[in-house]
Amino acid sequence: MPRINMVDAINLALSQEMQKDKRVMLLGEDVGKEGGVFRVTKGLQKKFGKDRVVDTPLAESGIIGTSIGLAVNGFRPVAEIQFSGFIYPAFNQIISHASRLRNRSRGRFTCPLVIRAPYSGGIRALEHHSESMEALYAHIPGLKVVIPSTPSDAKGLLLSSLRDPDPVLFLEPKRLYRAIKEEVSTKEVVIPLGKANVVQEGSDVTLVAWGAMVRECQKAVELLKDKEVSLEIIDLRTISPLDTETIVTSVNKTGRLIIVHEAPKSCGLGAEISARVNEKSILHLKSPIIRVTGFDTIFPLYQNEMKYLPSPERIVSAIHEVMEY
Amino acid sequence: MFNPLEGKYLQILDVNGNVVNSSLDPKLPSTTLKKMYEVMMLTKLADEKALALQRSGRMGTFAQSRGQEAQVGAGFAMEKKDWLIPSFRETGVQLVREWPLENFYLVFMGCEEGSKAPKGVNNFPVAVPVGSQMLHAVGLAWASKLKKEKVCAVTFFGDGGSSEGDFHEAMNFAGVFATPTVFICQNNQYAISLPRAQQTAAKTIAQKAVAYGFPGMQVDGNDPLATYVATKDALNHARSGNGPTLLEFLTYRLGPHTSSDDPTIYRLDKEVKEWEKKCPIVRFRKYLTKKNLWNKKYEAHLINKCKKQIEVAVKIAEKKIKEIKVEDMFNYTYASLTPELQEQLEYAKKAEGSS
Ligand SMILES: Cc1ncc(C[n+]2csc(CCOP(=O)(O)OP(=O)(O)O)c2C)c(N)n1
Repeated sequence: MPRINMVDAINLALSQEMQKDKRVMLLGEDVGKEGGVFRVTKGLQKKFGKDRVVDTPLAESGIIGTSIGLAVNGFRPVAEIQFSGFIYPAFNQIISHASRLRNRSRGRFTCPLVIRAPYSGGIRALEHHSESMEALYAHIPGLKVVIPSTPSDAKGLLLSSLRDPDPVLFLEPKRLYRAIKEEVSTKEVVIPLGKANVVQEGSDVTLVAWGAMVRECQKAVELLKDKEVSLEIIDLRTISPLDTETIVTSVNKTGRLIIVHEAPKSCGLGAEISARVNEKSILHLKSPIIRVTGFDTIFPLYQNEMKYLPSPERIVSAIHEVMEY
Repeated sequence: MFNPLEGKYLQILDVNGNVVNSSLDPKLPSTTLKKMYEVMMLTKLADEKALALQRSGRMGTFAQSRGQEAQVGAGFAMEKKDWLIPSFRETGVQLVREWPLENFYLVFMGCEEGSKAPKGVNNFPVAVPVGSQMLHAVGLAWASKLKKEKVCAVTFFGDGGSSEGDFHEAMNFAGVFATPTVFICQNNQYAISLPRAQQTAAKTIAQKAVAYGFPGMQVDGNDPLATYVATKDALNHARSGNGPTLLEFLTYRLGPHTSSDDPTIYRLDKEVKEWEKKCPIVRFRKYLTKKNLWNKKYEAHLINKCKKQIEVAVKIAEKKIKEIKVEDMFNYTYASLTPELQEQLEYAKKAEGSS
């Protein structure tokens, strides 16, 4: 098994699936000749040709709108949006068509489309390159939203997304692209959508996170190492559909819940998770549910970026808060 | 006169700095010509400094304008009261229009203060979402038309930007409402790795104006006299109530797309070398030399002056980023802080103190 980073793991998943399934094609800005600005699709145009790895004009609505047509008419398009902050010209296509086609046509037409987009902060980027707007998409019925946190997860989750019968938004945390290397199986290890992963088991506090925040939770555990607090970390992997069962089971055990996300606090996914836990296990709660999140501000340029993003220290103080309640 | 459908385009200076179209020579006074050259030089040196800062970790990713400095002609053609709505490769025009040099550095050093236009300067800051800004230029121009002011709006975008839906909506609105808008496409032949020919099947970008019912023209974008004359003409046209114009500046991005781009992946060195011969600064220098407005001493003095100005700007910028506070993230969300934001700010300050 090769030790690779997330960029290479995604590349591997795409390459293997393209090899296997002739219907899979990639399209987007700079994905072909250049291999994408993060080089995620590097070498794939050489390998599979210009009809299957397509450099498109600079138009997101064009990329996703035509992908819908391609998907309905027999292809499995993987549309890359260069940064998730530039997906908005295509928002209409996602919310009005991709997510609704199955329902509208009573199942006659479906849209097996994957939209890949680098997402979230922490890399000192320009304006519009750092936001975490996943809640917008989790709010759209008919669309699935996947966010991996490790190279292996990225590969396994992408394989599932590519085989899913419905449109999937696959958000790739840029901060993790090259941050972690691990052994990634070259075999077909598929990770199902809609299932969370219990990264670490514990009995006192449940930490729920996804994407780059999973690592921040793990760092918080390191900071607390000598303290007598036992932490359970859940990586959601898929934020829509949400794996309520895994969260509820954990909270029933620990009685304490902290949700960590980079996105703005208000109406973020943390609110949804908190509501579900209130509905299903309120009597197990020993303290209020706490959210450690980004702020309800415009994502700052990079001088203030680390003050915006949840840090291990902020997670640790939340842990103290629920433990001392 | 320069119908793009007939393959015509406006050029006044050829690559050797000879006037090839003397009837169109704007006959600018020597001081203006020298000023144009000086801003082109400042733009080039400011880019070089930025690259050095970026390489040494003192600045983030940025877009340089190397090769496209003749854009300053458009800035000189504008009146102070006109609006400038740039994309992100218009440092030269910004500088002509009194954009503080430290602002250029500040934005790319990750500080919002760099996007603040000084009082009385009608320039928008950099627009990162490609193609999104042109509609604002139409709205700004529309407002000035409704107010019966003789103020125009000039907007810039790249060849890639012309593929976005917003570009077409902007052109259409401008045509329908006959707004005093000048659309300037800096066709620098690439949108990151995508060559112009793959961006649109149309022969020119200028011809797209035809479909929206107003004139479009290709211009030698490496000729500062041509960019000046074309913009001046389009502005006169707009100011006299005749509506919008689309100008396509034919130019070339000599540098990488941004400091994190590697152009060797998608273009040949040979092509770059060919365009280096058409460098707007070299061309204009040759022209000025013929007019006895340039010599080595002047050049040395100018470079020195620019470098000093750049050092001062960088110093100001680096001082400002040290003064950034956590409040800066909150204070401009709305006119005043909401109760929730107030609470979050208190928390953010506490978190800052404890980490
Ligand atoms: C809506 C949107 N999509 C994608 C990007 C990423 N991006 C930044 S610049 C660029 C290419 C722009 O090309 P062009 O418009 O020709 O301008 P140039 O950079 O050549 O000046 C791309 C794809 C973006 N900033 N905004």
